[in-house]
Amino acid sequence: MEITLAHYLVLSGVLFSIGLIGVMRRKNLLMLFFATEILLNATNIGFAAIAHYHGDLTGQMFAFFVIAIAASEVAVGLGLLIVWYKRTGKIDLDIMTSMRG
Amino acid sequence: MEIYLYIALFAPLAGSLFSALFGASPKTSVTGIVASGLLFISFVSSAILLNYVMMGHTVHVEMMTWIAAGDLYIPFGFVVDQVSVVMMMVVSVVSTVVHIYSVGYMDHDKGFNRFFSYLSAFVFSMMVLVMSDNFLGLFIGWEGVGLCSWLLIGFWYHKESATWAANEAFIMNRIADLAMLIGIFIVYWNIGSLQYDVVFSQIANLPMPIITWIGIFLFIGAMGKSAQFPLHTWLADAMEGPTPVSALIHAATMVTAGVYLVVRANPIYSLIPEVGTVIASLGAFVAMFAATMALVNRDMKRIIAYSTLSQLGYMFVAAGLGAYWVALFHLMAHAFFKALLFLGAGNVMHAMHDELDPFKMGGLKKPMKWTWILMTLASVALAGIYPLAGFFSKDLILEVAFVEQHYVLYTVLLLTAGLTAFYSFRLVALIFNGDERHLEHGIHPHEAYNFMLYAMAPLGLLAVIAGMVFKTPYYEMVTHLLPALEYHIHNHTTFWIMTIGTQLFVIAAIAYAYKKYAKAVKVDKKVESGFFYQLLYNQYYIPKLYDELFSKPYRELSRIAWKQIDLKIVDATVDGIANVIYRTGEKTHTMQNGNLSSMLRWMVIGLVVLLVLAVAFTVGYNAVTMRAM
Repeated sequence: MEITLAHYLVLSGVLFSIGLIGVMRRKNLLMLFFATEILLNATNIGFAAIAHYHGDLTGQMFAFFVIAIAASEVAVGLGLLIVWYKRTGKIDLDIMTSMRG
Repeated sequence: MEIYLYIALFAPLAGSLFSALFGASPKTSVTGIVASGLLFISFVSSAILLNYVMMGHTVHVEMMTWIAAGDLYIPFGFVVDQVSVVMMMVVSVVSTVVHIYSVGYMDHDKGFNRFFSYLSAFVFSMMVLVMSDNFLGLFIGWEGVGLCSWLLIGFWYHKESATWAANEAFIMNRIADLAMLIGIFIVYWNIGSLQYDVVFSQIANLPMPIITWIGIFLFIGAMGKSAQFPLHTWLADAMEGPTPVSALIHAATMVTAGVYLVVRANPIYSLIPEVGTVIASLGAFVAMFAATMALVNRDMKRIIAYSTLSQLGYMFVAAGLGAYWVALFHLMAHAFFKALLFLGAGNVMHAMHDELDPFKMGGLKKPMKWTWILMTLASVALAGIYPLAGFFSKDLILEVAFVEQHYVLYTVLLLTAGLTAFYSFRLVALIFNGDERHLEHGIHPHEAYNFMLYAMAPLGLLAVIAGMVFKTPYYEMVTHLLPALEYHIHNHTTFWIMTIGTQLFVIAAIAYAYKKYAKAVKVDKKVESGFFYQLLYNQYYIPKLYDELFSKPYRELSRIAWKQIDLKIVDATVDGIANVIYRTGEKTHTMQNGNLSSMLRWMVIGLVVLLVLAVAFTVGYNAVTMRAM
């Protein structure tokens, strides 16, 4: 069986859904970061696959940008997470309600 | 000469603005003195201009461009010619006297400074009205005097009757002003200019119906200002204002603006004698109608107000019959003696602690000797006894009616002259003769300040000599501009019979008034409960009729509009929108609970909704474009 564009896109969609559910369900901040990474990489698969299909490198370039941004985002996010953990001893989302409206 | 024109025009404005600076502060005599002084300067300038005009010149200036749009060009232009200079003299003389008098009259009033600010503003508006060289400038002055009249009638704004009277006057004048504005529009529409000289030189080229309509609409405007029937009710109610205001605005100047308009527009009215006849008939009717109401009234100021109304009727008779110079002459003479009469009434009111019913006065001859002399002089002049001013102006109107062969008008005016003499002297006799009825009420009268009497003296002098001395030079001057029609009764016998007959009739009326009211006042219950007395006393039930016919239905309509339309539709819609938004906020603010997890969920829901919408729109758009192809 040949692996076609559809397979890649289904994989991308499945991963995106997993990430989205993770974003919605996870209460642990670290797990939330993982879910975000899955979301970003799901789109990366989509970008790369469609770029290959069209023979146009723009999509793959975009995937690289996403990877770079994701790396910096995780770096900043983990830094904040460590500070938060040192202050409160917890990384539970439900106690982070200081922005209550 | 232009400088004098500007001084005459703007000195009152300067006085008004100066007084307005102190408007909210307690009484400062300086406002009264400065305002009066500036008025005197305006009077001197007017006198210099009068002298200049009498030498045969006129002054015409264009101060600045006012409206310039497309073909419409209206400058702020002013003209001092034979007619406007007469009005300027009347206005400046009477207003100077009234200003000086008011310094004494308003002495104890809290609104002293405010009063002078309004009064000088009125004089400025009146000057604009009479000096303008186009209809629109006249209209601005017209509205200005209306505004100042409103301010001054309602000067004691804490009195409900005063504010009511002020609003009545203002609203009645609005009705008439609309007609006048329509008249001005028709003039502009057909001639393309509002300058008097252009309009009057081209008016004859217009078709007859248009000239007639212009004449009618302008006259309706004049009817409002001059309180002619059926727009007359405001003038008697306007007596709620301070007495100097009644003297200046509601006797001498503003109410005569209507007559001035007809005189000024004489080239228009000369072309439409039928409208002139209507004007004259209405004038004669009002003269009689107002005089009968004055017969039985028990309010000193209202009696004089009705007398003003009646005299305005005389002026319109003269103007309607084409005797424009006679109308203007009576306007001038009337301004002098009527203002004097009002100022005298002001003295009496002060002495009587604001009592207005002459039946509660009496015997004031002794304590108020000078007021008595001045008021008697004014009344004699008003009655038209030789050789005072009224004889020369009022009897001339009778002669005009006779010579023009309007015998009905003549008879009405003659009868009215008798009524005038009767009610004037009824008032004088009740106030100054007989028992001192006011003592029962614990009032001890005193004469007014000396300077107030000195201020009135020039008017007294004018009331005596204005007719005799001024008639010939006046005639020679104004006939440069107005049609020079001499009214002579060719038959000498007829002339003498008429003159002497009128004089005897008037003297008999005066004697009857003295006989009836000078000694003891007997109240005849049978007459007073009679139909005619009640009819006259209630002013022919016209105010009541207006109330039933216009005020009450209008109030009912307003109530419906308020309860049904405003509250139930307009307010409800606005409140509904606000409520929906407010409630949405109330309900949804729990969304923003600060929990990151739930916020992320809402973000996802939003994403999904936007995606669905985007897809739906794309599909829908494609479907539509496909069908279009």
